[in-house]
Amino acid sequence: MKDVRILHGELVPGAALDHFGAAHPEAGGIVSFVGKVRPDGTVEELELKHYAPLTLKGMEELADATLARWPLDGLLLHHRTGSMRPGEPIVLVAAAARHRRDAFEAADFAMDNLKSDAWFWKREKRAGEWHWIEPREQDHADLERWG
Amino acid sequence: MSVKLVFLGKLADLAGAPDKNVPAPLDWQGLLEALPGPLGEAAKGDKVKIALNGTVLADRTLLAAGQGDEVALLPPVSGG
Repeated sequence: MKDVRILHGELVPGAALDHFGAAHPEAGGIVSFVGKVRPDGTVEELELKHYAPLTLKGMEELADATLARWPLDGLLLHHRTGSMRPGEPIVLVAAAARHRRDAFEAADFAMDNLKSDAWFWKREKRAGEWHWIEPREQDHADLERWG
Repeated sequence: MSVKLVFLGKLADLAGAPDKNVPAPLDWQGLLEALPGPLGEAAKGDKVKIALNGTVLADRTLLAAGQGDEVALLPPVSGG
């Protein structure tokens, strides 16, 4: 039903989605979102830190809340931690449902929550120096759409 | 035996290490006293949360950690 993971290595969206699709043959559709380390020309490296006792538990609770809100056949939340380069996938969310509207909304809801509430701390290296990334107002505004 | 402090995000930079052991028992006042200079100032910030053994405290000033406990100092998350 739910497939929630913190990945310490590479995230390969195609392979994960093939597996997820095969696990939910009953679904009428699957919506997925791949978030990448945004290439902006100046960031050389992104590093995510997580806190094991909280981060996975928080993602599991988010998955449960999403499953309680939409009739889904399955929900996948995979998030990388550690060091990564611009252009690399960092997060994958997929929702399998009987009908597409539920799958779209559930994936959107899960992403909005991951972006603002997940227990990750990020820093990026620019010109050889590390900078911690502060919370973004826009992420909190996105989350408020869901009431 | 001691209490293990875990520093996340920029608090780890200020601490100069990801964790530190301090004597048990430990309450909120004792925690602040155990953190020197800028680290203590940052920990006092309204947005810093405290988790005891993986559970975030609703009121961090009620912290009561004993030997073998893990206390995490959590600055605002950057998000996923």
